[in-house]
Amino acid sequence: MGSLQSSPSHQDYVDLAEKTGFSFEQISILHKRFKQLSHNEDKLRREHFGQITDLHANPIREQIVEAFFDRRNFYQEIEEPVSEISFENFLVVMSNFRPPSDNMSQEKLVKVRKEKLRFLFNMHDTDKDGTITLEEYRHVVEELLSYYEALETETARGIADAAMLEVASITRGHMEPDEFYEGITFEHFLKLLEGFDIESRMNIRFMNMDTTTLCKLECRNKVCSE
Amino acid sequence: MAGLGSECSRRLAGCVSLLLLVFVAVIVSASPDAATGANETLRHPSGHSLDDSHDHPRNSSEHRKAFPVLAFNYEHVSKPFVISLWILLALLMKLGFHIIPRVSHIVPESCLLIFVGLLVGGVIKAMDQTPPVLDTKLFFLYLLPPIILDAGYFLPIRPFTENMGTILVFAVVGTLWNAFFIGGMMFAVCQIEAARVGHVDLLSCLLFGSIISAVDPVAVLAVFEEIHINELLHILVFGESLLNDAVTVVLYHLFEEFAHEGTVTVGDALLGVVSFFVVSVGGVMVGVIYGVLGAFTSRFTSHSRVIEPLFVFLYSYMAYLSAEVFHLSGIMSLIACGVIMRPYVEANISHKSYTTIKYFLKMWSSVSETLIFIFLGVSTVEGPHNWNWIFVIFTLILCLLSRVLGVVGLTFIINKFRIIKLTKKDQFIVAYGGLRGAIAFSLGFLLTDTEKKDMFLTAIITVIFFTVFVQGMTIRPLVELLAVKKKKESKASINEEIHTQFLDHLLTGIEDICGHYGHHHWKDKLNRFNRTYVKKWLIAGDRSSEPQLISFYNKMEMKEAMMLVESGSAAKLPSLASAASLQNAQQRAPPKQRAIPSISKTREQEIRKILRANLQKTRQRLRSYSRHDLFSDPFEDSMSEIRFRKQRVQMERRMSHYLTVPANRQETPSARKVWFEPEHKVYTYDESESPRDGAALETLPDTVSLLSESPQRPGQSSRLRKRGDAEQSANAPDSQEEPQKLSRCFSDPGPKEEEEEGEG
Repeated sequence: MGSLQSSPSHQDYVDLAEKTGFSFEQISILHKRFKQLSHNEDKLRREHFGQITDLHANPIREQIVEAFFDRRNFYQEIEEPVSEISFENFLVVMSNFRPPSDNMSQEKLVKVRKEKLRFLFNMHDTDKDGTITLEEYRHVVEELLSYYEALETETARGIADAAMLEVASITRGHMEPDEFYEGITFEHFLKLLEGFDIESRMNIRFMNMDTTTLCKLECRNKVCSE
Repeated sequence: MAGLGSECSRRLAGCVSLLLLVFVAVIVSASPDAATGANETLRHPSGHSLDDSHDHPRNSSEHRKAFPVLAFNYEHVSKPFVISLWILLALLMKLGFHIIPRVSHIVPESCLLIFVGLLVGGVIKAMDQTPPVLDTKLFFLYLLPPIILDAGYFLPIRPFTENMGTILVFAVVGTLWNAFFIGGMMFAVCQIEAARVGHVDLLSCLLFGSIISAVDPVAVLAVFEEIHINELLHILVFGESLLNDAVTVVLYHLFEEFAHEGTVTVGDALLGVVSFFVVSVGGVMVGVIYGVLGAFTSRFTSHSRVIEPLFVFLYSYMAYLSAEVFHLSGIMSLIACGVIMRPYVEANISHKSYTTIKYFLKMWSSVSETLIFIFLGVSTVEGPHNWNWIFVIFTLILCLLSRVLGVVGLTFIINKFRIIKLTKKDQFIVAYGGLRGAIAFSLGFLLTDTEKKDMFLTAIITVIFFTVFVQGMTIRPLVELLAVKKKKESKASINEEIHTQFLDHLLTGIEDICGHYGHHHWKDKLNRFNRTYVKKWLIAGDRSSEPQLISFYNKMEMKEAMMLVESGSAAKLPSLASAASLQNAQQRAPPKQRAIPSISKTREQEIRKILRANLQKTRQRLRSYSRHDLFSDPFEDSMSEIRFRKQRVQMERRMSHYLTVPANRQETPSARKVWFEPEHKVYTYDESESPRDGAALETLPDTVSLLSESPQRPGQSSRLRKRGDAEQSANAPDSQEEPQKLSRCFSDPGPKEEEEEGEG
C-alpha cells in the first residue's frame, strides 16, 4: 500500500458497486487482495494467480484462472483471450459468486440463475463456439478425476459419454436415425441443470471484514505486501 | 365397485379388531398365569429338578400318574411370549391402517397407533389388570436406539453439514430458551392462588421445563416422513431434534440433582455449562471412536460376509451404551458413529450386506416406533393422573408460545449469517414442527417425587397428545395451503454429480483467490485428508483410491442392472450407456461433421475386465461351502451377467442409431419397484424374473466399431475386419450415405444370421 498506488476514489467505488452489486467494504477488501496478488500493479496477469499456493491442489485451477481472462465474462464480444485484467474485470468475474439478495423478485432470481449458469457454461466451453462438445466435456471429467493417478482415461471418457447421452436424452428425447447430437448448447445446459439449485449453491460469502492478511502467498520476488 | 371395496375393507377392519380383542384377551390371561405359576414353583422347590417343570404340584401320594401326553406349561415361556404378542399386535395394527386408505391419508400413523394403544389400555383396564407401562429402561435401552441409528446412518450429510450452524443454534440456544422460559413462567403460574399448586418450587418448575422443552426425534420422524417436505426444512427440524439431546441430558441431570438440594449456586451453573460441553463433545468422541473401529473391522470381513451387518449394529449399539455409562449424550454418540462409519463400511461390504443393513434398520426402527406409540397410549390409560386444569392449560399455551418466540427470535439472528435466508414460511414450519414425544414422557417417568410427578406426567402427556394429534394432523394441509416447497424427486443424474463436484472445486478456488479461508476451503482440506490418509486405512483393497465420481457411477450402473432384471424386458432401456459416444471422434476434422454412434472398444474391454473381476469374486466365495456361508444367490451372480448383457443390448441399440431412451425413465410397466429414489429407500427385487432376451443377445459380435477410433488390432474376428473395411472405404467419399447404409444393416436387432445377410 505504498505511494506507488493512489487509492481509487470513492466515486470509482460507487460505479463499481452499482455495476456489480458489492458493498463498499467488500470492494475495498477485494481491491486490497487484487493489489496483493498483483504486487501493487494495475493489472493482474496469469502468473500472479500462480502464487496462490492453495490453488495448486485444485484440479480445475486452469479453468478457474482462464475464467478470469475470458472476455465473455466481461460481457464483451471480442474473441481472443486477454493477457491481463484490470480490477474492474476482476470484480465483475467475482460478482458472479455473489449470493442473490433477499428481496429479489422471481424474474430477477431467474436472471441471476441464468448468469451463473452462463458462467459455468463458459468455463466448460473452452473453444468459445457456444456448444460444449464431447471432447470438452471429457476434458472436464478428466480434470475432476485427475486427483487419482491410477485412473485410465477410458473410465473418464466413459463417464463423459454417459453424461452426454443423458443430456441428449433429456433434451432431444427420441432421435431419428439421421440425426446427430452436436453438443450441449446453452439452452440444453439450462434444461440439464434444471433441478440444480445453483442460485443457492454457487455463492461465496464475501466478508465485510478484512481477512486477506491471513492468506499466504508465495512471494517470488522480494516485493511482497504486508 | 366402490361398494364392494368398502364392504371388503369393512370386513377386514372387523377382522382386525376381532384379532385385536383376541390378542388382548390372551395377553391379559397370560399375565396372571405367569404370576400364579411362579408362586407354585416357589412352594415346591425341593421336589423339582430343572427339567421337570410340570404344572401340577407334586403331591406326596404314591399315586402314579400316567405319562402326560399333552401338558400346558406357560410360565416357562411367558415373558418372550408376551413380548412377541405385543410386537405382533403392533405390526398387525400397522398393516390394518393401510387397508383403510382414507383414514391413513388424513391421520398420521402415529396418531392411529396412540389411539390403538388407548383402546388396548382401556380394554386391559376394564378387565381389571395392570397394563404394562412404557418402562424407562425399556424405552431408552431397547426402543430408542434403533430409531436413532436408522436416522443417523441415513442422515443426508451434505445438507446437514451445510446447515450445521443453524441446527446447532436451534438445538442448543432454542432448547435452553424453551426450558427456562417455560420453567420460569410455570413458576409464576404456580404462584396463582387458584391453582393450588403453590408447593411447586422454582427448581421443580425448571426441571419440568427442561423435560418438556425438547423436540422429539421420534415424533418428528413419524410426522415429517409422511409429508415429504423440502430437504432444508426437514433437516433443520430433524437435526435440531437429534442434537438437542445433549442439552436435555445436562439440564435434566442438573435440575434433578438440585431439586433435592433446593438451591443452585453460580458455581453449579458454571459446572453445568462445562458439563454441557463434556456431554456433547464426549458423546461425539465416543461415537467417532466406535465408528472408526467399525469401519476398520469391516475392512477385513471379505471372507465372512454373513456377519458384516452385525458389526455395524453392534458397534453402534456399543457406542450408545458406552456413552450412557458416562451419562454422555447417547443419541449424539449414535449419530456420530453412524455418520463416521457409513462411507467406509459401504465401500467395504458386499451389496447384499448393504441391503441387509438397510432392511434391518428400517425394520427395527419401524417396530420400535410402533411400539413406542402404542405403549404411550397404554400408559396414558394407566395413569396415575393428577389433572390440574390451570397447570395443564398453561403448560400447553406456554409450550407453543415459547416455541414460536424462540424460532422467530433465533431466525432473526441466524439470518444475518446465512446465505440462504429462512423465510417466514420456513419459520412457521420449523416452529410448527416442534413436536414432543416419548422422550419427554420417559424422562418424566424417571422422576422420583411422586406428588409432583403425577401432575407433571399428566401435563406432559397432554402436550404430547396435542402436538402429535393436532399438530401432526394439521401439518399436512398447512403445508399444502402455504405451498411450502416439497422434496424434489430428483433422479440420480450423473451430470448433476459432475457439476456438484465441479462447483465444490470452483468455489474452493474462488475462495483461495479471494484470500479468505471459508467454508469450502476447510471442506476441501478435510476431503483431501480423508482421501490421502483415512481411506487408505479404513477401506479394503483398491477401492480405497476410487474417486467418488466413479463410485457414484458404479452405483448407478448397479441400480440400472437391478432394474433391468426386475423389469425382465430389454425393450425399454434406461439412457445410461457406458459404451457409446454420440459424436464423431474428433480425429475426423471439423466437429460439425455428422456424428455416428460408435462404441469404444477399449471401453468395452474395461467393462469386461470389471465384470470378470466381479465374477471371480463371486466364484471365490462359492468355493468353500459351510453352514455359515450364504447360498450363492443367483441374483448377485447373474447381476454381472445382466450388466454385461445390458451393455451388449445397448451397444447393439447404438448401432441401430436409435436413441430410444424415453425422456423420463420411469415408464417401465413391469417394474414394480421405484428406482432412483433417495438412498435410504429400500430396493426389493423379484427374483423370478430374468431378462428374456438374454439368450438372443449372446450371439452379438464381440466388438463393433462403426468408426475405428482405435487402430485395428490383430486377431479380431473376420467379421469385424470385413466391417471395418467396409466402413473404411465408405469413410472417405460420402459420409452422408454411410450412416443410412449402416442403419439399414443394423436396424434389425435380430440374431446373427440376419446381420450377416444385411451386411452381405
